[in-house]
Amino acid sequence: MLELKNVSFSADDNGSNIEIIRNISHTISDNKFVVITGPNGGGKSTLAKIIAGIVKNTDGQIIFDGVDITEKNITERARLGIGFAFQQPVRFKGLTVIDLLRIAAGKTLSVSDACNYLSEVGLCAKDYIDREINASLSGGELKRIEIATVLARDVKLAIFDEPEAGIDLWSFNNLIRIFEKMRQERSGRTILVISHQERILNIADEIIVISDGNILKYGEKDIILPEITGTENAINICHKMA
Amino acid sequence: MDQMDAVQKRLFQEVADLHGIPEGAYNLRANGKALMRNTTANIDIQSKKDVSGIDIRIKSGTKNESIHIPVVLSQSGIKENVYNDFFVGDDCDVLIVAGCGIDNCGSQDSEHDGIHRFFIGKNSKVRYVEKHYGSGDGSGKRILNPVTEVHMDEGSTMEMEMVQIKGVDSTKRTTIAELKADAKLLVRERLMTHGQQQAYSIYKVDLNGDGSSADVVSRSVARDNSYQKLDLCINGSAACSGHTECDSIIMDNGRILAVPSLEANSVDAALVHEAAIGKIAGEQLIKLMTLGLTEAEAEEQIINGFLK
Ligand SMILES: Nc1ncnc2c1ncn2[C@@H]1O[C@H](COP(=O)(O)OP(=O)(O)OP(=O)(O)O)[C@@H](O)[C@H]1O
Ligand SMILES: [Mg+2]
Repeated sequence: MLELKNVSFSADDNGSNIEIIRNISHTISDNKFVVITGPNGGGKSTLAKIIAGIVKNTDGQIIFDGVDITEKNITERARLGIGFAFQQPVRFKGLTVIDLLRIAAGKTLSVSDACNYLSEVGLCAKDYIDREINASLSGGELKRIEIATVLARDVKLAIFDEPEAGIDLWSFNNLIRIFEKMRQERSGRTILVISHQERILNIADEIIVISDGNILKYGEKDIILPEITGTENAINICHKMA
Repeated sequence: MDQMDAVQKRLFQEVADLHGIPEGAYNLRANGKALMRNTTANIDIQSKKDVSGIDIRIKSGTKNESIHIPVVLSQSGIKENVYNDFFVGDDCDVLIVAGCGIDNCGSQDSEHDGIHRFFIGKNSKVRYVEKHYGSGDGSGKRILNPVTEVHMDEGSTMEMEMVQIKGVDSTKRTTIAELKADAKLLVRERLMTHGQQQAYSIYKVDLNGDGSSADVVSRSVARDNSYQKLDLCINGSAACSGHTECDSIIMDNGRILAVPSLEANSVDAALVHEAAIGKIAGEQLIKLMTLGLTEAEAEEQIINGFLK
């Protein structure tokens, strides 16, 4: 269970202090598929990074499975079972795909196990396993490898920041299968996905709409989804669906 | 391998991956003396008469053979100049493994200056691997000043892998190459310095023949208070193509001066250089930390990958 208590984040922007996350309090239960959506610049990625410890909240508390993790760093949170797939994955000169998957698994990972993770994200394993994670990979390939690094870890809470961005239609269906499988594999596991895609919103248990640093609305999919589709707001929220 | 002590065995392993007596031709040198030598029907090794060093002659047409000529110094205070000449015939395909390991536990400096000259025949392919390594905690310095001179005849190919990752206090490595028509040179250098170490790495490549090409890529890491100067120069005097790349990471108080240079003496010379120096990208560290590594572990992984 993840509890956010009065979480705020403000940053210095050219001398003036701007509030990017404004006093958010929310509880995300175990064993849920939660989708965060909302307009560009609303603060979704920032909130996700606050949960993973990448951005330090300026106020409030974060409790994960009863432990106050507010002062814990990225590594400590990762070891407690928080996984994070970046909206914009980073490239590494020299590190290969198998190197990264081995680091993610945190143990000796056999080549065939590593290949399984790659197949899950729709990459032909033998072509990619020894590839360097450098500029030669396409954006979509990089994004899939990023997802595979979270699959390779046994996380309790998996956060995916716009995992569908830049991937094609076929992998989109695949992606939904991945989420379903992840949930079956570990009981109590919660998946938190940031997305603008109606098809992902559709498989959510719960939807959170974040706008201007606030939670605009939240609740069960069946209640929230009709409210945000078909309204003017939805055009903004779901602009990437076209 | 009976004549070797444990330190020497370890050094041979580090610099030439030797876990026993190598296959093919070899000349193992320890503390200024030849330790063991083997020649084959196609590869002859003779000691030089006037200076210390060896002449290696590889018959034309020799394929899939290897020559190991590693050197180790395990006594403090040895200083030596060694001249090794390789005469590679035409149409060969061989692997040459050189390298020098110094263990200095004493207070006197140990120094090995190896001067290697290669004369590569027409259409021959040579893969050359050279590793430099230092160990020991004495106050005496471990110094290596290798000079490599490569003369490449028409259609020949030379692939050089130059690695110095640990323990060499001071090094000035000079590599000079001269290429005739359709000859191809590929260099992959990996360099890491730490502590107070200083490393100078100088490449001067002359592309003299039409169709010749060179690709010189240096990746280096300077940590602690170490200093590196990377001086990569290609001269193109024909219809040739040349590329140099210096890619460096600095950490702590490390300093690097990269001086890539190109000289085109023919309108048909196509020469490119790239150079980049910077610290490890914060995003890379963060990504690995979200996978459960500490910052120090993440740094280690990034550098290992970078220098692989
Ligand atoms: N360190 C910072 N300093 C100043 N402004 C910041 C900082 N971090 C984020 N912002 C701003 O905060 C806002 C929220 O950014 P965030 O990346 O969280 O949005 P998002 O909801 O993920 O948007 P998108 O849908 O485009 O990915 C943006 O306007 C961004 O420019
Ligand atoms: Mg975002």
